[in-house]
Amino acid sequence: MKKLIAATFVGLAALLTMPAASAAGYDGDLMSANVDVSNQNALQRGARLFADNCMGCHSTKYERYNRVGKGIGLTEEHMEEHFVFVTDEEGDPVGVGSLMEIAMEDDYAEEAFGVVPPDLTLTARIHGEDWLYTFLKSFYRDESRPLGANNAVFDNVGMPHVLWHKQGWQELVEDEDGNERLELVESGSMSPTEYDRAVRDIVTYLSYIGEPVQLERQRIGVFVMIFLAFFTVLAYFLKKEYWKDVH
Amino acid sequence: MASNPDEKIQGGFLGWVDARFPLSQMWNDHLAKYYAPKNFNFWYFFGSLALLVLVIQIVTGIFLTMFYKPDAELAFSSVEYIMRDVEWGWLIRYMHSTGASMFFVVVYLHMFRALLYGSYKKPRELIWIFGMLIYVVLMAEAFAGYLLPWGQMSYWGAQVIVNLFQTIPYIGPELVTWIRGDFLLSDATLNRFFALHVVALPLVLILLVAAHIIALHEVGSNNPDGVEIKAHKDENGLPKDGIPFHPYYTVKDIVGVGVFLIVFFAIVFFAPEGGGYFLKADNFIPSDPLVTPDLIPPVWYFTSMYSVLRSIPDPFLGVVAMGAAVVILFVIPWLDRNPVKSMRYRSFAAKFNLAVFVVAFVILGWLGLQQATTAVSDMSLRFAQVYFLFFFLLWFLSRERSAGFSILAFLVLVAIYTFYDVVRFDPDEASLIMWGWLIPTVYLFVTMVAPVFARGLGRDRAVPQRVTS
Amino acid sequence: MANQGVNRGRRRFLVAATSVVGGAGVAAVAAPMLASLQPSARAQAAGAPVEVALGEIEPGQRISVEWRGQPVWVVRRTDEMIEGLSRITDRLRDPNSEVEEQQPPYAQNEHRSIDPEFLVVIGICTHLGCSPTYRPEIGDPEMGAAWQGGWLCGCHGSRFDMAGRVYSNMPAATNLVIPPYKYLTDDVILVGEDDEEGGTV
Repeated sequence: MKKLIAATFVGLAALLTMPAASAAGYDGDLMSANVDVSNQNALQRGARLFADNCMGCHSTKYERYNRVGKGIGLTEEHMEEHFVFVTDEEGDPVGVGSLMEIAMEDDYAEEAFGVVPPDLTLTARIHGEDWLYTFLKSFYRDESRPLGANNAVFDNVGMPHVLWHKQGWQELVEDEDGNERLELVESGSMSPTEYDRAVRDIVTYLSYIGEPVQLERQRIGVFVMIFLAFFTVLAYFLKKEYWKDVH
Repeated sequence: MASNPDEKIQGGFLGWVDARFPLSQMWNDHLAKYYAPKNFNFWYFFGSLALLVLVIQIVTGIFLTMFYKPDAELAFSSVEYIMRDVEWGWLIRYMHSTGASMFFVVVYLHMFRALLYGSYKKPRELIWIFGMLIYVVLMAEAFAGYLLPWGQMSYWGAQVIVNLFQTIPYIGPELVTWIRGDFLLSDATLNRFFALHVVALPLVLILLVAAHIIALHEVGSNNPDGVEIKAHKDENGLPKDGIPFHPYYTVKDIVGVGVFLIVFFAIVFFAPEGGGYFLKADNFIPSDPLVTPDLIPPVWYFTSMYSVLRSIPDPFLGVVAMGAAVVILFVIPWLDRNPVKSMRYRSFAAKFNLAVFVVAFVILGWLGLQQATTAVSDMSLRFAQVYFLFFFLLWFLSRERSAGFSILAFLVLVAIYTFYDVVRFDPDEASLIMWGWLIPTVYLFVTMVAPVFARGLGRDRAVPQRVTS
Repeated sequence: MANQGVNRGRRRFLVAATSVVGGAGVAAVAAPMLASLQPSARAQAAGAPVEVALGEIEPGQRISVEWRGQPVWVVRRTDEMIEGLSRITDRLRDPNSEVEEQQPPYAQNEHRSIDPEFLVVIGICTHLGCSPTYRPEIGDPEMGAAWQGGWLCGCHGSRFDMAGRVYSNMPAATNLVIPPYKYLTDDVILVGEDDEEGGTV
């Protein structure tokens, strides 16, 4: 019986750690993003790339400039200078404690891209890090698309290849076995290795912003586990002591 | 309660209170002088743990209510507000979301214990009925709560479940509109679900839990041997196999609490999404009435019942089947008339029956999370058949049956679902239907026919007079 | 049940130890729950310091700005008003601003401000939180001939002078609160944040 119970719980634990269903509709292999959210340098580089290339169209409106700055080790002054592009009704930059909204109107965006660019605060929790990493590396030239680019992970995506000047251009080619793959046909300002790192940095930042508390939560969790283990051992001895009465 | 000569007349504050409110008496009736069998095992932890989870849910729920906004425009961002802007809000929210799933884990294990040791049998039928009511109200509570984050899964999950009522003939469409308070799932629906989730249903839940415990303490606890400890009392009128709940089971339950909290907080701190089962990725997308997610599985604790629904091709009959899958649990005390309570002393057939039921329930749960392909639907049907046959077997195994009746009943049951298979036969799915046919057939063969030839398989064992330690 | 041979000391120790550790656990869970009730990041962002331009205020005029959801009054006092401050000190409860919590150190003077001309004060009566009305007119007939300008709280009749000092024998027991502020330039102040000296005039 004990073995059966133990086996049941091991099974349940395995089920819990196994991801349920992947959120994205892409069934090809995803590349491994291998991000390290504790790497502050990567976070800062990623945040900078995100601010310069993404924040024109994508809001991260559940987060605040100053808290992101605090979380990734940048001062409020730095955040004000390099991240706050949005102004209030009077034309002054919004405060550094504001939510990270964007100025672009939904109607305008819909006309330009066919779809309103989604808010990206939670995108890492929706799609997963590997999907984002693969997505950002899978743009290719496709003249049939309105903005000249398509994506191997997200077919007919509305988003243009924003990072083309960094990555260069890929094309979808077929090898001898008839398998499709992407090939770099025009290099950009970054080598493939540099581009991989840049994308990994962006994904690291997105992972952080998806759940800013993730590192702290695990850190606290360790202490909670130790405390509870101690408590349980004490309670066990107490139980044993009292149950000496029971024959 | 007769006054005990050993008991000192309490003076002081406690005496003052006792003269006005039965505080000491309640303490004695339910803890210090409530005699519980001394042979409780692992399975007896889950009652007190269910109470603990209820407390966790109520306390964290109160705090979440202080920050959450039941408004279609604000609900989603108010949850992210809790996760980010509110100090420690993430902890409170993860405790609540993990608590919801752990509530069902604990309750399912608690219900399994009742099946394992016959805790629903006379004189404990009402305890079982109150428990089942708790289970049903808990499902309603969880369903209402799941809508509140107002993400895609919240929205479309509720959409699908609410629309189940649409299948009721004649009144369905009006009923659904009335439930939603609008022509689509909207702000009005969110607001009323909020009221149900935070006020109405918790209130009912607490009253039912009280009734469940009062009924239990009236008749006394069952135990793994299924022996009535009140049948053997010592010269003081105390059960020989009983020990006072306090301190013996309080200190024991505290150990259970410790182990449970380790599991609970391990999930909260290290895997709050529960591998995607507790918090679904798509629920991080704000609800959008115009975009349906590819796959809308219910949360894991509903999926067994949901599979039963999906296994029936007719919408209304599917809903009826799902309802029946829940309602039939209520009448278990009147189906299983076997005087032997504990599985320890039941026949092989009875043990096999329960084991198959558990496996069928888990498989149905897994199937309910999958995309409804032909294979998934067919397997759902097979295990739904097993699910319902279990209840027939409970009755059938109430006593030893004659060879003739056993074989006749077996043939009739097999004929019923075989007839359905013939009616729905599709040459493209021939192998699926034929192999699947073996599942209920083997199950029935082992529990009904095999004991005819090997009598030992169907024979219960003698129950001891006193509990075994 | 035999109670012989029970080690009472060990039992008492284990009960105490488990209770203490369990109690600490409950406290450790209660602490974040209670901490969650503090102002959230949103409330803190909304409570950010506000800038006020002084140049546009006429002599004798009072403007009102919002800081942390409270009215903050900025008054440009006329010379007459400033002179009036010293005439009524015997009628005031705390003329020298000795209750320290009511103002930052740089406003602990007769005019209760950095620059005598500009008063910055939170417009909430220290009695029960109403917002008093502005009565700047010297010798206002309703307020009596000796009135040197100030505020009257409509709720319970507390009176304050042109430095927010409360009159004696009023429901309100303390002077109006001066918020922290500093001069960013000669013409602009920042309400809600200060350096130690309160900047320069």
